[in-house]
Amino acid sequence: MREAELLIEAMTVKLRYLLARRGISEPALVGVHTGGVWIAEQLRKRLDLTTPLCRLDVSFYRDDFSRIGVNPQICPSELPFDVDGRDLVLVDDVLHTGRTIRAALNELFDYGRPASVLLAVLVDRGGRELPIEANVSGSRLELPADSHIQLLGPEPLQLLIQNVSST
Amino acid sequence: MNIAICGGRLVDPAYHIDTVTDVFIAEGKIAGIGRPPSGFSIDQIIDARNQIVCPGLIDLCARLREPGLIHKATIASETGAAAAAGITTLVCPPDTDPVINEPSVVELISRLTKAAGKARVIALGALTHCLRGERLAEMAALKDVGCVGVSDGGHPVTNTLVLRRALEYAATFDLTVFLTPLDTWLRHGIAHEGQVATRMGLPAIPIAAETGAMARDLELIRDIGVRVHFGRLSCARSVELMARAQSEGLQVTADVAIHNLHLTDIDLAGFDSQCHVQPPLRGLVDRDALRNGLASGVVGAVCSDHQPHERDAKLAPFGDTEPGISGLETLLALSLRLVHDETLPLAVVLERLTCGPARILGLDSGHLRVGGIADICIFDPEARWKVKTDNLLSRGQNSPFLGWELRGQLTHTLFEGQLVYERGNMPVKKAINH
Amino acid sequence: MNADNIQIDYQGRLLHFLSLEGLNRRHLMEILDTAESLLGVAERRVKKLPTLHGKTVVNLFFEASTRTRTTFELAAKRLSADVLTLNIATSSAIKGESLLDTLRNIEAMQCDMFIVRHGQSGAAEFIARHVKPHIAVLNAGDGCHSHPTQAMLDVFTIHRHKPDFNNLQVAIVGDILYSRVARSLIQALNILGVTDIRVVAPRTLLPVAVNKLGVKVFHNPHDGLQNVDVIVMLRLQKERMEGALLPSKQEFFQCYGLTEERLALAKPDAIVMHPGPTNRGVEIDSRVADGPQSVILEQVTNGIAVRMAIMSITLGNHARPAVVDNL
Repeated sequence: MREAELLIEAMTVKLRYLLARRGISEPALVGVHTGGVWIAEQLRKRLDLTTPLCRLDVSFYRDDFSRIGVNPQICPSELPFDVDGRDLVLVDDVLHTGRTIRAALNELFDYGRPASVLLAVLVDRGGRELPIEANVSGSRLELPADSHIQLLGPEPLQLLIQNVSST
Repeated sequence: MNIAICGGRLVDPAYHIDTVTDVFIAEGKIAGIGRPPSGFSIDQIIDARNQIVCPGLIDLCARLREPGLIHKATIASETGAAAAAGITTLVCPPDTDPVINEPSVVELISRLTKAAGKARVIALGALTHCLRGERLAEMAALKDVGCVGVSDGGHPVTNTLVLRRALEYAATFDLTVFLTPLDTWLRHGIAHEGQVATRMGLPAIPIAAETGAMARDLELIRDIGVRVHFGRLSCARSVELMARAQSEGLQVTADVAIHNLHLTDIDLAGFDSQCHVQPPLRGLVDRDALRNGLASGVVGAVCSDHQPHERDAKLAPFGDTEPGISGLETLLALSLRLVHDETLPLAVVLERLTCGPARILGLDSGHLRVGGIADICIFDPEARWKVKTDNLLSRGQNSPFLGWELRGQLTHTLFEGQLVYERGNMPVKKAINH
Repeated sequence: MNADNIQIDYQGRLLHFLSLEGLNRRHLMEILDTAESLLGVAERRVKKLPTLHGKTVVNLFFEASTRTRTTFELAAKRLSADVLTLNIATSSAIKGESLLDTLRNIEAMQCDMFIVRHGQSGAAEFIARHVKPHIAVLNAGDGCHSHPTQAMLDVFTIHRHKPDFNNLQVAIVGDILYSRVARSLIQALNILGVTDIRVVAPRTLLPVAVNKLGVKVFHNPHDGLQNVDVIVMLRLQKERMEGALLPSKQEFFQCYGLTEERLALAKPDAIVMHPGPTNRGVEIDSRVADGPQSVILEQVTNGIAVRMAIMSITLGNHARPAVVDNL
């Protein structure tokens, strides 16, 4: 059973509806490295968008630098167009504390001033520490705080849920 | 006081003695070996069983820093360290402040040494006035107050004509000349020219800085027929030059600093300023050639090249630090290391520390003979100890050997028949001095 | 006794960046990859990242420098650090004070990173051995020993043009004897697997046993530049003439200067590099320095990204407690 596929299909339907309601015809999808990029790619195909895919690596914007340093598998951010006046959709795999999205928004605004930013996530697992909510989510899950959820990919995309305390 | 040293293994290279026997001392002299003289009453017995008894060591180069640099060390502090190291005679180069140009400086050193009463200090006079290499020093006057030789004090004479005349003048008064083989123009480096200096980007001193200067000096000596001692050889080619000159009948001798027999330029790794020495630590080939030269006698003495420094002198980037090692208290054990690792026989090592240097100085000492002065060193050849700042008596604690475990530890030193050091019975920790 | 490599911790992570000695391919690739992701920052509207926000970086320059100092300054500022530059070479206030005194004083100002340039080989390592453990030290050039960030920006620039290090021919031309840039670059290229590294210079400008560094030695550019992919020209200081190492600038240019004719000996797509500032007409002809194969200005741009990468990696490793991650 391709659970991830179904969730992405759900996201596609919700996002298409939301974009139509807002009157956004040419949104640019911005995937958060790495899982977010895979999902953004799928969404872009399904929504039949022509705008190039964007990628954000928020490593340098994380608020936990002074605890964990720089991620050694860093990857350049790519926003191959002018952000000014654009309608952007930020895409990530899992929305949890909201800190990654905070970092991503900060990074986006260092590129320019978008007209709007929507947030689409595959899984919203609750546990927010910041006032951030997804506009679109494939699914909502209530998970214990010590469980770990990870998206494996890119082909095939697979959701992995682990209970850390039991390992 | 009459002292009996009992049950020790007496090793006296001067007389080829190596036997277990007793030594008796009275009135500062050796009163008897094997049996006491008639009517000898013993005041003190030193139990020397399982220990080696040998002549007090003679160190051909030790900077005592006084007069001039008493923030680094004093004659009292360093002769105290010498006593703790079994060294009973120290040769002090003339680069003090003021320079040993005139009798008054020699007398000052002599007075301070006597007041300390721990060892003998032989001051070398200056070869040229203020060691500037321009005018001759008053060598005759210096000889009159006891200088056995004159020296460039680590400042080689650049002007070949001045050097030639200085050698001639010294020969006139039968003085031994102590020279530092170092070319003035090639000396401006801080590390041995080789792979290590190249990789570390340290300004290099080529081998030719030493051999070039030595070759020049040897040619002058050949013409003049003066007695010359070359201090602190550092490389294989210098040993070759020295061997050739000696076989040709020149009256030349040489010594080596103990650290050049143990360390090489590889020890500079990490820019360890404790290994900043002059002449520099050279390659493995050089180290081995120096050991061979010492074995064959081409190099007739090993010295500490003692240069005590205050802590700050070594606390800077390598090139900004002062060269030199505080070496008195590791001299014996590091020399014995050559015996323990079977590089040299014990008798040879002790010869290079006792009658070898005595002969270079033209002194009737460095041996144990009935009627001779009782300068005696007693050590346990097997005792292991770790070099630590708190067991060094010298004011200078600058040593690359800190942390080394050494084998062979001094137990007693007698200077002119007086017990000036006894391990465990003396204040080991000195007063705070900085 | 001091032979241990103090720039890496027991897990092999970079704590300081003092020289290339003891580093491996993984360390260098991490720097190159991180720099790659930082290169784009200069093209954005806001040329700044919040990574080192709240950190204080001190440029400790005991030797005059404009270019290196400014690129370090800019790199620190682009990472949002506060930057303080001390030109101790020209500051009379510090005369007579020992290096350690200076260090302790600046340490007392609660700094997180020292960027050190000093005329003595080993000075950066000396400082790294004596600073408080939370401070990262970067070597911005020490004597003739090392200039590791310059070497990294050089290999970064090479990598962008010639991605395969294994089949690369690199010629380094000029004053190798006094060049910390050359020493570090040779080490970096060796670590990255470059097998054909050449040095081209008269014997007066080559240290002894230079071949032991892992290079082929050429005295003639005609042979040395044959078919190479990269030419690195080194700056010739005018002091070299006074030290009787060379007769004149003119003769050096005649024999070793990079002209269009000599450049034609290299591969047609060869790149020309120079750590700057260039002496036109001494080591390099203007037509080559400004020509299509020159990447000299690109080196400057890349230098900022590479230094940002090294700063964030070393400070990041200081921040992270050295424990095994069990996730």
